[in-house]
Amino acid sequence: MIIRVLGIGQFRLDDQHLDSLNKVDNKIVEHVSKGNQKEFRKDLAKLISIIKDKGAPLDPSELVPSDIIVPPEDMSFAEAKTIFSDPGLIKD
Amino acid sequence: MGFLDSISTVIQAKMNKIMDKIEDPRETLDVSYEKQIKLLQNVKQSVAEVTTSKKMIELQKAKLQTNVDKLDSQAKEALQANREDLARRAVENKAALQSQSAILDQQIADLNDQQQKLMAAESRLATKVEAFRTKKETIKAQYSAAEAQVKVTESVTGISEEMADVGMAVQRAEEKTDNMKARSAALDELLEAGTLTDLSGGSELEQEIAKAKSQSSVDDELARMKAEMKIGIMEMKK
Repeated sequence: MIIRVLGIGQFRLDDQHLDSLNKVDNKIVEHVSKGNQKEFRKDLAKLISIIKDKGAPLDPSELVPSDIIVPPEDMSFAEAKTIFSDPGLIKD
Repeated sequence: MGFLDSISTVIQAKMNKIMDKIEDPRETLDVSYEKQIKLLQNVKQSVAEVTTSKKMIELQKAKLQTNVDKLDSQAKEALQANREDLARRAVENKAALQSQSAILDQQIADLNDQQQKLMAAESRLATKVEAFRTKKETIKAQYSAAEAQVKVTESVTGISEEMADVGMAVQRAEEKTDNMKARSAALDELLEAGTLTDLSGGSELEQEIAKAKSQSSVDDELARMKAEMKIGIMEMKK
């Protein structure tokens, strides 16, 4: 599968890692809903490091859409909450 | 996937805006390409803006450092003139300026980070735009083929995602530089209004130190004269 980490670029990652990504993703959802900022930051960094470690960067000349899009590592907690609560409200 | 799903929805919405609704696939390719070129220019502009902001804050930091150095030598001068009270004030003001300077250091580091990210984004986008251009011509040449539509959709979707990503990066960088510009302007205003000028020595402290210094040099001069005269008198007595 192809994963994009916003601000960094696309990676090709083996499907077998989807489970571990899912687990971290669920934890992030929990942290955002509970307002646990510190854990949110930790797990977002973890999510991105799994992708970087297990995946291979995609050649920038490849023009393919991603299966998964991951937020940038420096995304603020406030941004995460906005995106999570109402994706339609994000301004362009 | 909970959180990632939400992010993808956001990106999808941005991509749809980029792609618009164009009936003719060939037109889609051209319109998309135009937008890519425009975005590439935007990124370049944004890189330039971040670079300028960084230089501005570096200049401000240099200005603060000059004041810190000045206070440092003033403190020494005050001590030499036996005015520990003045020296203490100078050192206190120096500490206040140094904490400002540390904030500026952090801002410079942040801007540097933004600059690196944007430059990487620019190079990625440039490569993709070039790949898109080549593909666009190939697809246009074989437009009669039924699969052309699929190829158009795929490549346009692929690049639109990159564009949404880069667009967000530019937006984040702009927000950060705007924020820093505002803070930097506030600091400039403080320097102008004298609040920090006072911290950086101010005329009062400066005058007092100058006074103490000249006082002590007058004392020195008198002592030297007295000593010379004493010697003179003793020589006359011989």
